Amino acid sequence: MDIFIQQVFNGLTIGSVYSLVALGLTLVYGILHIPNFAHGALYMLGAYITLTMMLLWGIHYWIAMAVSVLVVGLLGVLMDRLVFHPLRNAPPIHDKIAAIGILLFLEAFAQLIWGADYRTMETPYGQVVNLFGMTATTQRVLINIGAVVVMILLYLFLKKTYAGSTIIAMAQNREGASLVGINTSRVAMLTFMLSGGLAAVAASLSAPINLVFPGMGHLVILKAFVIIILGGMGSVPGAILGGYILGFTESLGATYISNDYKDIIAFLMLVIILSIKPKGLFSREGF
Amino acid sequence: MVSLLKNRGWIIGFIAAGVLFPFVLPNAYFLHILTLAFIWMIAVYGLNLLAGYTGYLSLAHAGFFAVGAYGLGLLTVKTGMNYWLALILACLITSAVGLVVGLVALRTREHFFAIYTLCVGYIIYLIIDKWDSLTGGVRGLIGIPEPSNIGPISFQTPISQYYLIFAFLLFTILVMYRIVHSLTGRTFIAIRNSEDLARTLGISTMKNKLMVFVLSAFFAGLAGALYASFIRFIGPDIGYITIIFDLLTYLLVGGIGTLAGPIVGTFLIVALSQSLQFLQDYRMLIFGPLLTLLIIFYPRGIAGAYHDWRLKRKSAQRTRPQKEQEYFETEESEKQVKEG
Amino acid sequence: MLMETKKLTKQFGGLTAVNDVDFTIEKGKINAIIGPNGAGKSTFFNLLSGTYTPSAGQVFYKGQDITKRPPDKIARLGVARTFQTTHLFEESTVLDNVIVGHRLRTSSNLWDAVFRTRRFKFEEKKCRDKAMEVLEFVELTHVMDEQAGSITQEEKKRVAFALALATDPEVVFLDEPTAGINPGETEGLASLMEKMVQRGITVCLIEHKMKMIMKLADKIMVLNYGEKIAEGTSEEIMNNQAVIEAYLGGGASA
Repeated sequence: MDIFIQQVFNGLTIGSVYSLVALGLTLVYGILHIPNFAHGALYMLGAYITLTMMLLWGIHYWIAMAVSVLVVGLLGVLMDRLVFHPLRNAPPIHDKIAAIGILLFLEAFAQLIWGADYRTMETPYGQVVNLFGMTATTQRVLINIGAVVVMILLYLFLKKTYAGSTIIAMAQNREGASLVGINTSRVAMLTFMLSGGLAAVAASLSAPINLVFPGMGHLVILKAFVIIILGGMGSVPGAILGGYILGFTESLGATYISNDYKDIIAFLMLVIILSIKPKGLFSREGF
Repeated sequence: MVSLLKNRGWIIGFIAAGVLFPFVLPNAYFLHILTLAFIWMIAVYGLNLLAGYTGYLSLAHAGFFAVGAYGLGLLTVKTGMNYWLALILACLITSAVGLVVGLVALRTREHFFAIYTLCVGYIIYLIIDKWDSLTGGVRGLIGIPEPSNIGPISFQTPISQYYLIFAFLLFTILVMYRIVHSLTGRTFIAIRNSEDLARTLGISTMKNKLMVFVLSAFFAGLAGALYASFIRFIGPDIGYITIIFDLLTYLLVGGIGTLAGPIVGTFLIVALSQSLQFLQDYRMLIFGPLLTLLIIFYPRGIAGAYHDWRLKRKSAQRTRPQKEQEYFETEESEKQVKEG
Repeated sequence: MLMETKKLTKQFGGLTAVNDVDFTIEKGKINAIIGPNGAGKSTFFNLLSGTYTPSAGQVFYKGQDITKRPPDKIARLGVARTFQTTHLFEESTVLDNVIVGHRLRTSSNLWDAVFRTRRFKFEEKKCRDKAMEVLEFVELTHVMDEQAGSITQEEKKRVAFALALATDPEVVFLDEPTAGINPGETEGLASLMEKMVQRGITVCLIEHKMKMIMKLADKIMVLNYGEKIAEGTSEEIMNNQAVIEAYLGGGASA
């Protein structure tokens, strides 16, 4: 039973990270219908920037994270302006390839700057705490809390602010949004900013319990794609829910099935889902 | 007719260059690199038929490449099977895997298809990596034999392997050329243009897409199997995502949906990578942006740009006499009006 | 009667796009479907050609129930259609674009393509001849060798007609064939439709241009909010109270 509770907590922790990454992906998809393969590279850069701030200048973890959010968010905007905006009327295959090109570049770039080594990120929150009869590091607790806080903030931003409502409007109806005077290019930039920021938060929160290396985004981004297919492409609640579902499944699967194959679980889930529903769960037949 | 002759000129030139290369530049290293490039070209042709002519961007082809390679490797190393039989079986196994994957994947479209195939590719990689008892896991598979003799012909020397793989490449090109220039090829292109339109023209899209997918997997598998027997050592990383990115780069630089594209792109990028040896792991610093810029400005690559340029020149030649003709016609019709 | 629908209905989620429509297509005539924007005309077409499966009701072709058949099977029976926007392969010639239209009447496969069999040669020629024939019919032989991307909008419409005709159809569905072209060109396409009927091909079209429809169509059905509100000859339609209301009343806002 103890193991079970521990695994539930682990699932929650992993799920938080997945949800944050998937949120960024789903926002961009909702607005621009681009499956942004380069999102994993933003995640990776988020971790490196936080790490560098802390190591190089001894900046505090939270401030380093804030800088990282800003930098990666701006990088997202840059990506939109330089690549996706010029491609907005191109056939869909082009976006994907362009995104892959960005991914390759950013990874090589990270390797050039930081090297291919695996690095660890030390935070002030390494101590172990007892929580409801199980043990966890403070960092793991922080991941959970941090993720929930970010999700609430995102929710408030989308629902309560004008800028947020333009994102929702455009996700629902692009032409309609532009007809009522919403500047769609600006909304796209804002969305990329959010998306990059979310990736940076996710990476900075989870890096202390994982390792930092140029390829660290691969698995995470693949799983984030599985999640947004699971939760409905473009759906915000779906991304959160899907992230936690995958987190639990993996955590329990690793314990009770096989640790070696735990990464396959997500992909098998996807294979099964798309075998049954080729347009993803929650898809409506369009006009 | 002229364009056919021109085409034939290119093809004869390519064959001559391939045949003569080892005599012109008898350098073991270059020979090795070029042989490898031929193998990649075969895989890129497979990808091109699917992504370029049918419009489905598959990211599972590194996986199929690995299935072909491991198929041949395991059959020859673990069961001691005859090389040629193993080669055929490896291709068939890859086709079968392609069939199973395609049956599900092709019910999805666009983004779902790309994500789905990306995940399938990753599953194949993970299985190879984790199934230690069969594949040797991260240690890889060593001691894969070179092609066994066919009668008096042996394939022990690098030159003979070069010619063997070159022959396979020519076979691939011939098959591709004939498919693309046929009703079957037109059917694929119709599917790429608009699946709805294709269906209302009486084309069974699922059947045709599945055919392309399996065929495309077959060539990826063939390339993988040839790779295994040429390098004679394989590890799980030949199925990793970076391989599919390499293949895509070759295809896009050369020209997606063109017959010359796979040769041009692969040759250029491989040659460039060799001259940028000092960059090694950082070559993606150049190729990444190259890929992105290309898709923005020259979405159909070098071969596509060349094609467009030739057409523009041709139509520029044609419009002049046509305009004169129009001029005469209007004069005539004016005359008719007056007379009438 | 060539084709018939019985209580044809299509729902998307909670929305009913086509509701209980009974309609007959008369052989050798020009049949038209009109109605305000969003009246369900395109959906109705998609149901007839098999692109959508109906939620309820049936579609008959020559007395045969084809309700559940996929579009490619329906096309083989002799039902062709065009779309509002024609997706042509712009980098290829007009002729090359049309050749594939006759593909459904051939049987050569991958094997024939790779080994260049006798069947391959025969059918390649057959499709090419068919393409030339239909291009001549739609009066496009002069642009036959031009790139599809370089021809005019009106010529593209004609290529779409040619593609549909290349399938050897008995009935052709035309989805707003004259949208986006000028009156003179509209005239030309209208006479092309009449020429098709003279050739024994039944025509069924969706249109917005009322004047043209009233002159051209032998039989008209009016859809509004997914329901049939009138059916008959042009005079009957013009004097129909429900139609006048639909067009002048609330429905005309679209």
